[in-house]
Formats: sequence, C-alpha cells, structure tokens
Amino acid sequence: MAITKLSGSSLTNINKYDSFLAGNAAYDPGAYYLIERVTVGSGGSSTITFNSIASTYKHLQVRYVSRNTTALDSFLIRFNSDTGSTYARHKLSGDGATASAGATTATTYMASADYPTGTSTFGAGVIDVLDYANTNKYKTMRVLAGYDANGSGLIDFRSNLWQSTSAVTRIDITSNSNSFAQYSSFALYGIKGA
Amino acid sequence: MADTPTKVPLATTTLGSSVASYTFSSIPSTYTDLILVAWIAPTLGTGTSIMAVKLNSDTTNYSGTGLLGTGTAVQSSRYTGLSGLPIAGYNNGSGTGNINIICHFQNYSNTTTYKTMIARADNASFQTEASVGLWRKTPEAINSIQIYNYGGVNLTAGSTFTLYGIL
Repeated sequence: MAITKLSGSSLTNINKYDSFLAGNAAYDPGAYYLIERVTVGSGGSSTITFNSIASTYKHLQVRYVSRNTTALDSFLIRFNSDTGSTYARHKLSGDGATASAGATTATTYMASADYPTGTSTFGAGVIDVLDYANTNKYKTMRVLAGYDANGSGLIDFRSNLWQSTSAVTRIDITSNSNSFAQYSSFALYGIKGA
Repeated sequence: MADTPTKVPLATTTLGSSVASYTFSSIPSTYTDLILVAWIAPTLGTGTSIMAVKLNSDTTNYSGTGLLGTGTAVQSSRYTGLSGLPIAGYNNGSGTGNINIICHFQNYSNTTTYKTMIARADNASFQTEASVGLWRKTPEAINSIQIYNYGGVNLTAGSTFTLYGIL
C-alpha cells in the first residue's frame, strides 16, 4: 500500500461530535426493566412489598417462585394498601384431576395460585398488571401460576380486578397463613409502551 | 429502585428442515428466568400428540399438572414418570393449525431448589392450555433445553424457537 501524506489542509467538510454514538443507530435498551427483586432469607417473610412504584411504564409484571414455611397456602395481593372490599376475582383451575372455576366479588384482596411447602419444591407465577398507571380505569391483573409436587399440583388462570382509578404505586403480596420460606423470590418488572 | 433493561434474546432459530428435536445448549447462568417462545408448524406424522422439553438431557425426574379447553370440554391432567416436561398437546397428522407456546423457567440457574416451569400453549384449531412442570433432579442450573415430540414425530420445517434471558 502506498503511503501518502495527510495534511490538515486536505481535510474538508468535517463534522465534529462530542459523542462516540453520533452517526450510529440510537441505543435501544429494550422495553423490559427490572424495578426491584426481593428474595426471602432464612427467617422467612410474611409479606413482600413493592413500594413507590413509578408511573413511567405501561405495564407491570411480577415474576416469582414461592414456597411456604409450613403448609400449602394462598396469596393475598393488594394495591396501594387498600384493604377495603374493592376487589373481585375469577379463576380457572386444574388440580390434575378436575378442572374448576370460581369467582368472588366485593372482596378484600386479589389472589394468585396456591403455593406449596416442602424442601425444594416451589410454586411459580407470572402476574401482569395492565395499564397500571392509568387514572381513568379500574385495574386488571392477569395471572398464570401454579405448582407441581410430583403427585399433587395446581395450575391457575386468574383475573383480578381492583375497582379504583388510582395509579398503582404499591403492591403487597402476603402469605395467607405462615410465611414465604427461604429462597422464595419476587421480582417486579416495568414494561414500557411505544 | 433500579431501572435496568432486563429481557435479552439469547438465541433464535427457524428450522430449515424437519428434525427430531431442537436444543438450546450452553445456556449461561447469568439470568434469573428463561422464557422459551415457540411457534411450531403443523406436523404430518402420527403418534403421541404432546410437545415436551427435556432439561440438561435428563430423561427422568419430571412431573406436571395441566389444564386445557377444547372448545367443548375442559379437563385437567397429571403427568408423572415421564422422560420430559409436557408443554403442549396438538393434533398430529391434521396438517392444520400451528401451536404457539410460551414457557417460563423460573429461577433456572439456582443450585438449591427443584425447577418449576409454567407454560401456555394455544392451537386455535385444537385446544388452549396451561401447564406447570417440576424437574426434581438434584438441583443444578439448567444449561440446555431440548424441544421434541414425545411420540417421536419430527418437528416440521418452518418452526421457530426463541430463548430469552430475564435478569
């Protein structure tokens, strides 16, 4: 390759930028953000709380694994510390033998699938809270959750309703009896809209 | 609270030809959950109409509970003693209807607990369903996921599989 002299006078029409990203496609970090994760320690925990949730996302998602310290148990889920009869629930469940459906209205909490006890067996779930920051509509929660314990189990579809137009800023997930056992883990994600 | 982008596509493939199974291997342990998204083209074979996943090539230690609706009936089933985790049923040999599947492998990389998977599967010409599965092998991180037909029918060309990691 021939070597030629490069002089300042040969460089013309040069654009100068302060950022190395200039001229490149915009950096897109994706639409899915971890807001907070809570993992239960050896002492157990009766309630998991996500507080001061910003309204900057379109939807929320809670992903969890859970085990009870003592027995098969259920969840109580509430928004914004509201303990009034402002909630409603529907579910479609399968226990390995029978499919069933149920509904509860004017109730004081929302729910996910029951979760097990046992040394190494955990329930799992994905909870979506849609349009959680919209102040013009009630809030709907969608749940896919269950557990299997090699001979027993449960799989649930659920929908939960909070009859409030307030933005969701706090989520409390409480074990109905006893506590969430060690290694139970709950993670809150924010999903951005267009 | 932190604000960290967390959903990462790890690998994706569209089958160029019919194969017995497809495997995501060498899955890193750096995420919290895995999400498998599958679009499976209709098969032309016959046999057991169950799609399943096998973890770390293990052929035992699986059980599951399922719930499905066919349009005229709803039912729940239990699986024990299988060589994989069932994730979807479908109509082998019909040549119509594809299956859309989403599987969540929660806390997949921990070495302390059994692994629980929850899945949703839809085949508009056959059934819609959900399932939960348990892998009871002595706890180890999931480092490979094999998707296959429990009855040995090949996966059809054009089927698409994508694996995401969730931090």
